[in-house]
Amino acid sequence: MTEAARDVAAAHAPRHHWIVRLTHWVNAVAFTIMVGSGLRIFNAYPAFARKGEGPFALWPWEGTPAPAWLTFGTFLGNARMWHFAMMWVLVAMGLLYTAFIYLHGEWRDLVPRRGDPRDAWEMLKFYAHARKEHPRHGKHNALQKTTYFLMPFVGAVIVLTGVAIWKPVSLGWLTSLLGGYVWARWWHFSAMLVLVAMSVVHVFMVITVDPYSIRSMITGGYSERLSPEARNARPFSGLLPKRKARVKAPTTPVDQ
Amino acid sequence: MKRETLLARHAVDRAVHALETSQDVAFDRRRFFRVGTGSLAAALLSACGLAGSDRAERVIANVSRKNESVERWLLRHTSMNHVTPGSVTAGKRFPTYFISDIVPVWDANVEKWELEVGGLVQRPMRLDLTALAGLPRTRQRVDHFCVEGWNAVAEFTGVRVSELARLAGARPEAQFVDFRSFDDGYHESWDMESAMHPQTLVVFAKDGEALTPPYGAPARVHSPVKLGYKNTKYLTKVVFMAERNGGYWTDNGYEWYGGT
Repeated sequence: MTEAARDVAAAHAPRHHWIVRLTHWVNAVAFTIMVGSGLRIFNAYPAFARKGEGPFALWPWEGTPAPAWLTFGTFLGNARMWHFAMMWVLVAMGLLYTAFIYLHGEWRDLVPRRGDPRDAWEMLKFYAHARKEHPRHGKHNALQKTTYFLMPFVGAVIVLTGVAIWKPVSLGWLTSLLGGYVWARWWHFSAMLVLVAMSVVHVFMVITVDPYSIRSMITGGYSERLSPEARNARPFSGLLPKRKARVKAPTTPVDQ
Repeated sequence: MKRETLLARHAVDRAVHALETSQDVAFDRRRFFRVGTGSLAAALLSACGLAGSDRAERVIANVSRKNESVERWLLRHTSMNHVTPGSVTAGKRFPTYFISDIVPVWDANVEKWELEVGGLVQRPMRLDLTALAGLPRTRQRVDHFCVEGWNAVAEFTGVRVSELARLAGARPEAQFVDFRSFDDGYHESWDMESAMHPQTLVVFAKDGEALTPPYGAPARVHSPVKLGYKNTKYLTKVVFMAERNGGYWTDNGYEWYGGT
């Protein structure tokens, strides 16, 4: 590598490694299809109670199907085939991602630290206009960081509970561990709802607070000048970058 | 990495950067929001198109076939279904279904019902209900797992399919078993391992009473190791085969293996 090329590489070190970018987008597609096909499967029996037993206590909407436009797959058998094909993609990407962030050190940007609750509180205050200046933070703010840290764990719960209802006899020990087939099915559905909620908020925040991060997830490039911190951005406000002259050079070091 | 590759990457990144900072897109927040949600919706819609595309369907059908080897590897004859403690027996609330227009009933006045055990066996058998009930029987309270996602608990009494295979002398070439019925041609073929599982029975009584027509009288297949649709009701024939031959729901787009 020539010296000039090395300079270019150093000046444009990607915000996200290509493995992170790849797994992010493949998972986005695979997860969407998993949720859609899963809801199509759910709609074949949109309840949790075992036949002959009363309504399942922890599900107030027994018998209410998911809206058809949210479902994926032409019919139950087809949705199942999609579900059981796409699951391998999600598991492969999940393993690749977690192995990578562990080996490559990216986990350091996500692992919880003692100051996180306080920082998260400050972020909430900022979003609620109870604080003027965007809190300083490392690669992610405390709310993001916590969400991104929890996502793989919720994903793991979804995989385990999914396997438990796919193979309730062959892997009966796992199904029993989760409280039996009915409970395992409920856990699978609930964990899905949690991950969907996290993803919806994530997409909303990307669009309304940090649309410039889309580039960082495609090419890896990111301008600090356009970061939410530099723009003092809240949902729907501060989307424009501040004029260069007004941007103060960060006086405090980023807390990492 | 080559300098050219780096520069090319840099050029792509600059282009995306130019897009995100252009007056038209990024600086008009309403427009940005529209573009953002619009492209998201477009991505979702194109994903929906996937569900109908022939090539995608072929791919997932192939994966379904590949999944079978994983599923067969996971199935052990020692992995047994145990009903979750505290589960209630479904009784009359155990759902029923058949593919004929009306509930299929065997007319004993026309012909006596007999179960035929044949195919790749040394001693083909014909068993009437008395003969079947006279064989070593198994009584088990197990789950019934429906492809739709519900499960139901029932106590089934019947004869192990492995016992029928032993009595008829199933040949080593027999790798599959077809369970046929008098319900308008309904049948489902199984892999040998699932059929030989100790909880796979030819059932003649449910919850201590003889099967009634809605539940597959006079005899049906039942096993917790297969989804409901694999468990042929209104059984007439058990055929040992060298090749699989699909099945009613299998030919209608459901997985052939359908195992639990």
